[in-house]
Amino acid sequence: MKKHIVTAVLYTVVTGVLLGIVYPLAITGVAQLLFPKQADGELLTKNGEVIGSRLIGQTFTGASYFHGRPSNAGTGYDAGSSSGSNLGPTSKALIDRVQASVTTEQANGAVPVDLVTASGSGLDPDISPAAALYQVPRIAEQRKMSSQMVEALVRGHITQRQFGLLGEPRVNVLELNLALDEMARKE
Amino acid sequence: MSLNGWLQISLFIALILLLAKPMGSYLTSVFDVDSKTRRRTWLDPVLGPIERLLYRLTGVDREHEMRWTEYAFAMFAFSAVTLVLTYGVERLQGFLPWNTQHLPGVASDTALNTAISFTTNTNWQSYVPETTMSYLTQMLGLATHNFWSAAVGLALAVAFVRGIARRESKTLGNFWVDLTRGTLWILVPISVVFALALVSQGVVQNLRPYDHAKLVEPQTLTTTGADGKSVSTTVTTQTIAQGPVASQEAIKMLGTNGGGFFNANSAHPFENPTPLTNFLQMLSIFLIPAGLTVMLGKMVGSPKHGWAVLAAMTILWFVATFACYWAESQANPLMHNVDQRASLTMAGGNMEGKEVRFGIANSALFAAVTTDASCGAVNSMHDSFTPLGGMVPMVNILLGEIVFGGVGAGLYGMLVFVVVAVFIAGLMVGRTPEYLGKKIEAYDVQMAMLYLLIFPLLILGFAAVAVMMPTNGVSVLANKGPHGLSEVLYAYASATGNNGSAFAGSNWNTHWYNYSLGFAMFFGRFMMIVPMLAIAGNLAGKKIVPESAGTFPVTTPLFTVLLVSVIVIVGALTFFPVISLGPILEHLLLHAGHMF
Amino acid sequence: MSTASELKGRKSLFDGAIVRRAGVDALRKLSPQLMMKNPVMFVVEVGSVLTSVLLIADTMRGVGHFRFDLQITLWLWFTVLFANFAEAMAEGRGKAQADALRLAKSETTAYRLNKAGVVEEVPSSDLRVDDKVKVVAGQMIPGDGEIIDGVASVDESAITGESAPVIREAGGDRSAVTGGTRVLSDAITIRITSNPGETFLDRMIALVEGAERQKTPNEIALNILLAGLTIIFLLAVVTLQPFAMYSGAPQTIFVLISLLVCLIPTTIGGLLSAIGIAGMDRLVQHNVLATSGRAVEAAGDVNTLLLDKTGTITIGNRQAAEFLAAPGVSGEQLADAAQLSSLSDETPEGRSIVVLAKQLYSLRGRELAKLNAEFIPFSAQTRMSGIEVEGRSIRKGAVDAIGRYLEEHGVKMPNEVRDAVETVARSGGTPLVVAENGRALGVIHLKDVVKGGMRERFEQLRAMGIRTVMITGDNPLTAAAIAREAGVDDFLAEAKPKDKMDLIKREQAEGKLVAMTGDGTNDAPALAQADVGVAMNSGTQAAKEAGNMVDLDSNPTKLIEIVAIGKQLLMTRGALTTFSISNDIAKYFAIIPAMFAGVFPVLNALNVMHLHNAESAVLSAIIFNALIIVALIPLALRGVKYRPMSAAALLQRNLLVYGLGGVIVPFVGIKLIDMLIVAVGLA
Repeated sequence: MKKHIVTAVLYTVVTGVLLGIVYPLAITGVAQLLFPKQADGELLTKNGEVIGSRLIGQTFTGASYFHGRPSNAGTGYDAGSSSGSNLGPTSKALIDRVQASVTTEQANGAVPVDLVTASGSGLDPDISPAAALYQVPRIAEQRKMSSQMVEALVRGHITQRQFGLLGEPRVNVLELNLALDEMARKE
Repeated sequence: MSLNGWLQISLFIALILLLAKPMGSYLTSVFDVDSKTRRRTWLDPVLGPIERLLYRLTGVDREHEMRWTEYAFAMFAFSAVTLVLTYGVERLQGFLPWNTQHLPGVASDTALNTAISFTTNTNWQSYVPETTMSYLTQMLGLATHNFWSAAVGLALAVAFVRGIARRESKTLGNFWVDLTRGTLWILVPISVVFALALVSQGVVQNLRPYDHAKLVEPQTLTTTGADGKSVSTTVTTQTIAQGPVASQEAIKMLGTNGGGFFNANSAHPFENPTPLTNFLQMLSIFLIPAGLTVMLGKMVGSPKHGWAVLAAMTILWFVATFACYWAESQANPLMHNVDQRASLTMAGGNMEGKEVRFGIANSALFAAVTTDASCGAVNSMHDSFTPLGGMVPMVNILLGEIVFGGVGAGLYGMLVFVVVAVFIAGLMVGRTPEYLGKKIEAYDVQMAMLYLLIFPLLILGFAAVAVMMPTNGVSVLANKGPHGLSEVLYAYASATGNNGSAFAGSNWNTHWYNYSLGFAMFFGRFMMIVPMLAIAGNLAGKKIVPESAGTFPVTTPLFTVLLVSVIVIVGALTFFPVISLGPILEHLLLHAGHMF
Repeated sequence: MSTASELKGRKSLFDGAIVRRAGVDALRKLSPQLMMKNPVMFVVEVGSVLTSVLLIADTMRGVGHFRFDLQITLWLWFTVLFANFAEAMAEGRGKAQADALRLAKSETTAYRLNKAGVVEEVPSSDLRVDDKVKVVAGQMIPGDGEIIDGVASVDESAITGESAPVIREAGGDRSAVTGGTRVLSDAITIRITSNPGETFLDRMIALVEGAERQKTPNEIALNILLAGLTIIFLLAVVTLQPFAMYSGAPQTIFVLISLLVCLIPTTIGGLLSAIGIAGMDRLVQHNVLATSGRAVEAAGDVNTLLLDKTGTITIGNRQAAEFLAAPGVSGEQLADAAQLSSLSDETPEGRSIVVLAKQLYSLRGRELAKLNAEFIPFSAQTRMSGIEVEGRSIRKGAVDAIGRYLEEHGVKMPNEVRDAVETVARSGGTPLVVAENGRALGVIHLKDVVKGGMRERFEQLRAMGIRTVMITGDNPLTAAAIAREAGVDDFLAEAKPKDKMDLIKREQAEGKLVAMTGDGTNDAPALAQADVGVAMNSGTQAAKEAGNMVDLDSNPTKLIEIVAIGKQLLMTRGALTTFSISNDIAKYFAIIPAMFAGVFPVLNALNVMHLHNAESAVLSAIIFNALIIVALIPLALRGVKYRPMSAAALLQRNLLVYGLGGVIVPFVGIKLIDMLIVAVGLA
């Protein structure tokens, strides 16, 4: 029995080093070598400055930007503190928050659900194509662009299902807004 | 529900069923020490020397066979030592390297809860990882447990299967050998490949400090200060947490551990960036458990029995997935002016707590899979599920997470149910109940009942105490009314069942919950292992009655139906009252327009 | 005096006297000491006491819902009483048999031979092992024993119900006598083999009364399962109150205890011991006495049956089946000669030749005295028998003996006859050659006759997964032929007692359970080794002590029935356990909405049976729960219907009937009770 305790200690030390140090470092090394961009979070830079990650959403509240989903990460899209709302379906807090968002977002017709519900991570970079298209008239009006142009931009930014099968169609809000700014700058 | 959703779900289960056989064959060649023609694996040339070196360094005699008591002791000694290590690393992380955010040592109750949580394969997280754990703690304190606890589970399952397969034997194998082979041959190689695949899709893997991105649109936040006045602050940067995520993510899923590198777990874009990573993560949860059923069939010499068990699991998986997908596709009747219908341009349904890239189908499937197994990783927030949708993961856990189940733990949990099912129905064929030629007698029934008892004792007992404590128990809950009850029930179910997922809104990081949940996790793992191994030890010593027309059939569809019925009825009878006050009542109240 | 034979006639299940006595016993069994043995029902009793105390307290304080609370309390007590009643019924039926047996046991006077060999009169209760007693015609045998001197015909009807007397004699395999039986003729000296209170009759009485009933291994395991389930449900109900309080809908103790009692497996818990007693009782009804319930269970588990050929598979003796005449000899000629040679042959074979001759050629038996014949008896030297009559010299015997006889007459055995001999031997029969005046007439085919219906029974056994092995002293060729004809799975030819023992050990080493019958002293070791060893009552004391069952009818075929009884016992337990657990689903749907719909009317959605109101719902569930015990008493006592079939088929059938049936029946039952109690205004 005592022998097993000794073995347990030795085993923990040896495999601890192997699995807790060697393994992650080896993976880090290979990953940095093979997939340097992905391994560091697909960071977007502008003038040498990091302006976000393609994978992480950002808060947009201005009327001239496409809005992402409500976020419960920190003060909103805080990628140092990911979180969902964790409010249940009968929670008054949830329903009040949703109805407030509905008031903000409402244009023509009912608001697409993902635009007024918080994601699980609070960092969801995407909205549904429906939610993006829903905002087109507002953007066009605010930016004084034709809604056809804005809609074309949105449609160009729809990521289809992976391999045509997996996941859901979606629009990356940060990329869409950056493209929107880019388009406005060019004009 | 959509056609595309069902296509994805069908593809998932088809791949699992396809992979079960090769995985099972591989597991058999890794673990079947009794087979005279033990097959070698193609990894032997690489891993053989490492294995032998490991035994030499740690003083393991690989030929030594252990009785169940010794096996249990070795397992327990190992678990205890690793638990202490993690507790130490957490407490001392402030003085240790790879602490880019200069995080202080973890508070003692949180540290203990976490150490138990990861040792027991639960990965319940009462803390926010990004702001609590250093990279070293994540790697050495937590990810190691993802290997160890999964390898322990595998070893235990293999020992149980040997108990069934062996005849008139006193021993179940050697714990250290089983632990080593499971780690080296199964967990490490798959994790390496899986981790790199994840990185290629965008799962981060680095040791850099958190990034600070300059926001495209700076935000003005208005908060109410302590003096009641509104304070405006302008936020111009976004903190982006980094870390060695992929290496941990791979084993977190493969070992059905489920502890997220980040707070949002597999909903976090850095843990699970694309539908493909999501799909692979779900596959990796079921991969080993599905293979284990095939290994069971092979090792006991009745491949059909393995398939019958797998069939039972598949049926239960399907029911859970269907129910969850259906429920989550429903609109929340309390929301007005919100378009919740599925269409070509959006998933619709209950999107609170879900990611757009996964939509309803992949969130529901993930929830079913992660709780069928004792994984507990989440790609959507179960707390925000519809009442019936959230009931599915809860019921999955309450049934004992035996549908595919955790690595190892799922199989031995299922086999305890098999013993009970065989005992109840076995009498009906007019023979002393027999399982694969082994008579099920008083001692086996006693241990099986003990195993089944511990579960409701811990879950219902603690939950009942918690809801009776207004301050410590109830006030920290994020939701009121029946949903609050569901949160408490889910928490203790998750802890006892070593799942680790949560109705996560509540502040579980309190003394009461850290300690009581820690207790539930600890006893939910080890108190159930003891009777389970006792059954295995007892079965190993028995003769095997040769099969005949009078033998209770454990290979037929009828057996599968019986097994499913026993699992559902035992589970339903135990937990129906409290569930009727939780999710069922909440569902009825929701549709009657109530809010809390 | 009522005799056992009267008792054996199937008593109606609810015989008035038994029911009355069971009613009283049900009350007596409320004693907590007795109830503790049954954890499930003990919990119900504790619940009943609790509600009773509470009912009184509430009534004195003038609170509570008296009418509802009273009804709940009463039905809880009824539940306990019904379970006790079931057990008492089973015991009562046993007791009725025991009483009859006890009459036979009434004190008799024994004539003991003291050391000097002088007879002294003592009461039979003073007899001890190894005492020697003399019993003469007309006297009751005072105790179990072994005849050491003399031969007598004995009336054993008190034990077996069989009225024809049996012969018992010193030495050999028919030396055992049983206390309480009566010597009809002659006188015998008996060595007593058991002390008072330990006699066969005493054991039998104790067993059928269930007084010394010990729980069998399976019953113990099942009890553990039921106790475990009870604890789980106890947990579920005890913790339900805090959850109910959190939800703002606390429950009364009456409702909580009702829920608990409905959930715990009271149906099987209440009937479990009745099933066991009734199983033993069924065995006794088949005139089989088991030394323990364990043996009955083992009978259900048997994998291999060892059956002696003679007497079990074939009727005791060989019989003449055909006459195969030599060329130039008519069948009638052969039959005539064969008949003549057998007229004085009192062996069954000889008689069967006479019978066959009569059947085939209408040859009537001739008056021997008128024939002035001289019989040549069978002798070990000649190995022939025959007759000298009216100048005819007829001989019959085995082929080599007759061959020698013919050679003495200078004649060779015709090839055709040799061929016929060969054919008969190969078919498993015994050839007897008949010769007259030095000429071979032909062959008598003596055949082992397989008992009617044996093939079908073996097929049934095979369907149940039981392998039958025939044990015979015959040579392998003959054995194989008979085995084929009877349809047994295997045979052991030229078997010596040791071979039998080895076979049993070999089978057991493979994990199989073996059953066998035996009567001789040389069977004793094998009987002891077998998992189920059935000794014939006519057998030796050694055999009876070695086995774990005694068949009072001494019918070796009984083994098959014993297996069926064992299986039926296990099946009844399994079926009622499954039924009991399945019942719970409906009870939940009755009680849960009743508990909470008051505070949350939406929960009425779960009231799928549309029960009238909360009180009627709880009441009808608890009433159903109590009444189902009574309703299932006949099933528990008779055992579930048993037809031989494979385990898979049995499982499917029983799962449908008791599993699915167990889910559906209570929905219907509870609804009906609800309608009834609402109609009569009880709720």
